[in-house]
Amino acid sequence: MADNANQQEKNESLTRRRFLKNSGIAIGGLAVGGALGSLIPFKDKTTNEDVKTEQHVENYNLALMFFTQQQFRMVEAATERIFPADDNGPGAKDLGVAYFIDHQLSGDWGFNAREYMHPPFFKGEKVQGYQGRLRRREIFDIGLRELQNHSLTKFEKNFIDLDEEQQIDVLTDFAEDKVQLTTISPSGFFNMLRTATLEGAYSDPLYSGNRNMDGWKMRNYPGSQMAYTDVIDQEFKVIAPKSLKDHLGH
Amino acid sequence: MAKKLPKVDVVIVGVGWAGGIIAAELTKQGLNCVGLERGKERKTEDYFMVHDELRYALRYELMQDLSKETITFRGNEKLRALPMRQYGSFILGDNLGGSGVHWNGQTYRFLPYDFEIRSQTIERYGKKKIPKDMTIQDWGITYDELEPYFDKFEKMAGISGEENPLGPKRSSPYPTPPMKTTPALEKFRKAATNLKLHPYNRPSGNLSEAYTNPDGVSRAACQYCAYCERFGCEYGAKADPVVTVIPVAKKTGKFEIRTHSNVRRVLKSGNKATGVMYIDTTTGEEIEQPADIVVLTSYVFNNVRLLLQSGIGRPYDPNTGTGVIGKNYAYQVQKGSATGFFEKEEFNTYAGAGALGMVLDDYNGDNFDHTKLDFIHGGSIAISQTGLRPISNNKVPKGTPTWGKEFKANSVKYANRMLSVGGQGASMPFKHHYLDLDPTYKDEFGDPLVRITFDFEEQDRQLAKYLNERCIEIMKEMGADLIDPFEELGPYDITTYQSTHNTGGIIMGAEPDTSAVNNYMQMWDAENVFAVGATAFPHNSGYNPTGTVGALAYRAAEGIMSYREKGGILA
Ligand SMILES: Cc1cc2nc3c(=O)[nH]c(=O)nc-3n(C[C@H](O)[C@H](O)[C@H](O)COP(=O)(O)OP(=O)(O)OC[C@H]3O[C@@H](n4cnc5c(N)ncnc54)[C@H](O)[C@@H]3O)c2cc1C
Ligand code: SF4
Repeated sequence: MADNANQQEKNESLTRRRFLKNSGIAIGGLAVGGALGSLIPFKDKTTNEDVKTEQHVENYNLALMFFTQQQFRMVEAATERIFPADDNGPGAKDLGVAYFIDHQLSGDWGFNAREYMHPPFFKGEKVQGYQGRLRRREIFDIGLRELQNHSLTKFEKNFIDLDEEQQIDVLTDFAEDKVQLTTISPSGFFNMLRTATLEGAYSDPLYSGNRNMDGWKMRNYPGSQMAYTDVIDQEFKVIAPKSLKDHLGH
Repeated sequence: MAKKLPKVDVVIVGVGWAGGIIAAELTKQGLNCVGLERGKERKTEDYFMVHDELRYALRYELMQDLSKETITFRGNEKLRALPMRQYGSFILGDNLGGSGVHWNGQTYRFLPYDFEIRSQTIERYGKKKIPKDMTIQDWGITYDELEPYFDKFEKMAGISGEENPLGPKRSSPYPTPPMKTTPALEKFRKAATNLKLHPYNRPSGNLSEAYTNPDGVSRAACQYCAYCERFGCEYGAKADPVVTVIPVAKKTGKFEIRTHSNVRRVLKSGNKATGVMYIDTTTGEEIEQPADIVVLTSYVFNNVRLLLQSGIGRPYDPNTGTGVIGKNYAYQVQKGSATGFFEKEEFNTYAGAGALGMVLDDYNGDNFDHTKLDFIHGGSIAISQTGLRPISNNKVPKGTPTWGKEFKANSVKYANRMLSVGGQGASMPFKHHYLDLDPTYKDEFGDPLVRITFDFEEQDRQLAKYLNERCIEIMKEMGADLIDPFEELGPYDITTYQSTHNTGGIIMGAEPDTSAVNNYMQMWDAENVFAVGATAFPHNSGYNPTGTVGALAYRAAEGIMSYREKGGILA
């Protein structure tokens, strides 16, 4: 693994050097393509240094923008059932997925800001897609409330106090539309939660999930590399991941 | 009252691939062009932070903002069309360069068969082969006539490729050699060769090596960065209007690009256009831009919408089959594919490029005998290595759980052990598949949205099944331990991504009765309006469309120049 990482670093700088040399982009004619420009802001830091600095910095992002504490704990528990910790690595909770979802709901995605939300609203065919008037943050409010209600009805306990099997049972009822709800589709809510869980596990750590790139490491995903020219035609190999932070210029 | 600007030679509506090509060609020959682009300016430097799956691939950073404008859709005329409120089946380009910025770069030439599909089908199989409501027609141009324009597009873009063993005649080889291949691609090549098929490296708009095109534009080689489709290229290695044709047009000093300019109407007097009316979206001001020639290059939906809104051309009537604007909307049949899981091997599928792949055309067009088959045409079959990004790629064998312990274990296990071979099926037009204006839903200015009436037909179901069977044969030969079973095509579903290959609506042909534009994309009913793009396709082939869109754009530019000289409908 360490060998691979070292090898990768070597390849990486080789690639860049070779790229600069080969591209000859600024010479003559109509030189377009910010290729040269985009090479300048690279920091040539090693991954190890990055990890070290990170450990000393307090992470002020671990606070809530949308959820109540109770909602937050429910989301932590529910997403952990969807994507549990196992021998492969951390689950949703330790990856920070609930923070990711909280932060997403406070922005464009939560408000469906870039989607067509104008009336009139009619129920359509399944193939016509979502036709509701509710926005994601409203769906989460309702969905979490109903998750709690269903737990109380079925097991007489708060969702977060149920044991794992019971939580799975409750979530399965949502996933399979076995709960009667009038305002939202139980499976629609569940699928949103599932999708958001995967987003939180695997998006750039910039968004508060995929903590320490552990989601990527778990599946040997190299994250955001600038180039794969030297490995593209080779057999599979593990490459130490990089995040967008590594590409920010000074 | 709208503010009225001085007249220009040509106004171009939408500056993506088609608009960019037209602008470059016309300004090089001395015409003054204004390009009105509804979105913002874009440049390569925008993409320092582009390797972000969430922002670009899943939150659609570069795409049209649907809160302002979308389309409506229904499966058939008996249903109420409803707005596409969120992205799914296809995603729409916005801003300078349009979808040309975030496309993959898979660049094909349609087949000779495509351009003469009706006559060749009848010749080989008889008239009965064509189902009653299937409205296929010849394009009014042949492959040989279009070949020089394909060549031009490929040289401008620097397409990397190798000769297709089953492909039509080419006047010159691809301007750059094929891209590198990968172990997964080689596996496909070997399997296909064993099966006596004819694989070749996919023609690619991601440059295999540094290249300077005939306009003097130099671009760097692709780095296989794996953030290509839905992303902009931070190296300028992807052929994209912003790094190819647009700077060439600008350099002439005769191309003025106005961004944030949303065109709402083509203005007319009698049978000719007089210019366009647009909104400056930064101020809300209504502005009139008079021009001698109007070129519509605003992608399929808005090309059609603008004509219908402006009362130009004869709207299509699906009941009688008369009229032409909105006719022959077609799409792509993408679901004939096979997914295979490999227990003993891992692949470097985290790496890749938008157009990196290996293709075969043995089952495309009329390259195989359809006598005993219940469909016409076919599709290309390919393995693609575009880079499997982790949020969107969590395939687990069909029938296993999609969440929880087992899901997680499987999705992690197979993350680098899954390959798929996909068929890209052609889409035939039908009498009842069309575009018109929605009676209910409006855009941000209060103009009606475009309405799609479209569903898959028996032709498509048979084709998908056939392609799926072929893909499974190849996947077996590739040695997959587990292959997902066949799934019926089902009805057209706007919620899952298939492709942004929407075609038709202002189709080309030899006769004004059955087509809207001639083979120069000039409107039969308004000689100084040229509608350029996949709108001109009478059907869609078993390939991605842009190579053919590019060729038609070069053809249109030539037509515009001779119209400028001679006037009248071009012969
Ligand atoms: C993710 C993705 C991957 C793709 N991959 C491939 C591929 O590999 N191979 C292939 O062949 N094709 C591919 N395509 C399709 C390809 O991008 C299009 O065929 C091509 O861009 C079409 O060019 P165009 O000029 O017609 O439209 P566009 O490039 O979309 O340009 C249209 C422009 O018009 C502007 N516009 C629209 N309406 C107005 C208005 N009213 N006023 C002013 N401006 C307006 C838009 O903002 C846009 O800039 C892909 C598409 C997508 C989305
Ligand atoms: S894969 Fe190649 S062409 Fe595509 S964005 Fe990356 S470097 Fe550019």
